[in-house]
Amino acid sequence: MNHNYFTQQDVERLEEQAVQIRRDIISMIHAAKAGHPGGSLSAVEMVTALYFHVLNIDPQNPRWPDRDRFILSKGHSCPVLYAALARRGYFDPAILNTLRQYHSILQGHPDMNKVPGIDMTAGSLGNGLSVGVGMALSGKLHHQDYMTYVMLGDGEIQEGMVWEAAMAANHHNLKNLVAIVDCNGVQINGWTNEIMTVEPIADKWRAFGWRVVEVNGHNMKDVLTALHTAKTMRHPTVILMRTVKGKGVSFMEDDCIWHGQAPDDEQMVKAIAEIDVGGVV
Amino acid sequence: MGKTLATRMAFGHEIIEIAKTNPNFVVCNADTKTCGLEKFGKYFPEREFSFGIAEQNLVGGAAGLAACGNKVFLATFAVFASMRACEQVRTFVCYPNLNVTIIGTHAGLQVGGDGATHAAIEDVAIMRAFPNMTVVQPADAVSAKILAHAAVDFTGPLYVRLHRNPVPDVYDPETYQFVWGKANTVADYGTDMTMIVSGILLKKALDAAAILNEQGIKVRVLDMATIKPLDNEAVIKAARETGAVMTIEDHTIFGGLGSAVAEVIVENCPVPMQRIGIQDKFGESGDPELLYRDHGMDVESIVEKAKALVARKG
Repeated sequence: MNHNYFTQQDVERLEEQAVQIRRDIISMIHAAKAGHPGGSLSAVEMVTALYFHVLNIDPQNPRWPDRDRFILSKGHSCPVLYAALARRGYFDPAILNTLRQYHSILQGHPDMNKVPGIDMTAGSLGNGLSVGVGMALSGKLHHQDYMTYVMLGDGEIQEGMVWEAAMAANHHNLKNLVAIVDCNGVQINGWTNEIMTVEPIADKWRAFGWRVVEVNGHNMKDVLTALHTAKTMRHPTVILMRTVKGKGVSFMEDDCIWHGQAPDDEQMVKAIAEIDVGGVV
Repeated sequence: MGKTLATRMAFGHEIIEIAKTNPNFVVCNADTKTCGLEKFGKYFPEREFSFGIAEQNLVGGAAGLAACGNKVFLATFAVFASMRACEQVRTFVCYPNLNVTIIGTHAGLQVGGDGATHAAIEDVAIMRAFPNMTVVQPADAVSAKILAHAAVDFTGPLYVRLHRNPVPDVYDPETYQFVWGKANTVADYGTDMTMIVSGILLKKALDAAAILNEQGIKVRVLDMATIKPLDNEAVIKAARETGAVMTIEDHTIFGGLGSAVAEVIVENCPVPMQRIGIQDKFGESGDPELLYRDHGMDVESIVEKAKALVARKG
């Protein structure tokens, strides 16, 4: 077992890493002239904690059978995942600026057969947790002790299939499965709870037999603690991380316009400057 | 010959038999009586996963198992596999090219009493449209049983289309051979026309061909068990050598075998064609033989339409 716990030094290292990931997100979406900055920025701390501290993975051997799995069910937020994989050594960070371009490995939504380190193709919302159930079942079947983490959006849980998977995870007692809901409160056309109420989210997951951990998704220490707690639970566990969509770039925060829009040249410069000055969020 | 067993039961039972000596696959079930595989867990509890009445999760879960290196069989009704879980099959099995065999049972009008909601009449059209997908349907219990072995050895997305009710065997287990993507010539009376058949209507085609032979019309009958990838060579050869092609399937005439054959013929060697299949309407409850008659899929209708087709050869 590695990375069960963390030091203050780890927290500081990860916070610095998160700044780099934010910068990458902005520059790659700017280069692509399209993409989804809002939900990428809200997930930065969690994805950074996973890829740079928690996940038992080997960038030199991306398909290592005993590795921990991560599924980005909210696949449109792939810039955050691509940036983490590149910085973790799965591929050259120079490739990040080919996002969404012809013949790039970095498709608009993640493709497991194109990008080293992507465990599952994703993009159509509501599907990732079911795939995670299958991966967790396989781990149990073959007596492997890897964990499977699935990140969903809070808007995404409006999809009914999520709840089919939630029911199945409890039925099969998948304590090796962790769902992470990025509760940034905003979806493409506005506030999530104005479009379709998802609250009370915690009660819903509890009713389906899950253990619930609620956390501030931008506090690295809290995120690490939540991940540690989730791994030690004897039941499927969901981490509800309260986040801000567009976090770290003032003009993108809490604004659904930035769900799926690229910054222009001026906005890119401003955003990068804010991230550099703001540093750790 | 003459024995009767449903293709679904022959296939499912054989999968259970194979599992006794082959530990390298798992089974995912929704709560349906499909092909006998709902009993798989009794024999192999560790290798069977129950997903309940939740077909989207069934396919998503199967994709996850396959992404971890498992060969997965999943079984449900063809209507649910092709439509309730359509996108999961497309985006999470076919697009990542995962090793999942989707068993769709209760295909076509042969479902009978359950009626239109449960009769899959468009599943081949749907499955055939997905890149990476292979589509296959056996004609009888003999070929279904042999197909089970081929499916276990197959790698990649596969759709196996099976029927509900018993059908007479047309094949001899001693001599039948299955080859992926190859048509099988089942009868060859001559070169007046070719019937290309997929699935359980093969028996009706053979009966019709025998009647036509007595009336002086010499028919060749091909069993196109693999609908995708289609045996283009066999289709072109049939068109060139016999000058008229009829397709026969328990499926809507849009998008299934008939369309697949027509695509090849139009692009390579246009000849008169006739598609036998479900006319553009939903099924209904009733004796399948009566439903087949309504849609011109019974032996008598096939004979009449064959004569009209040959007359069109000019």
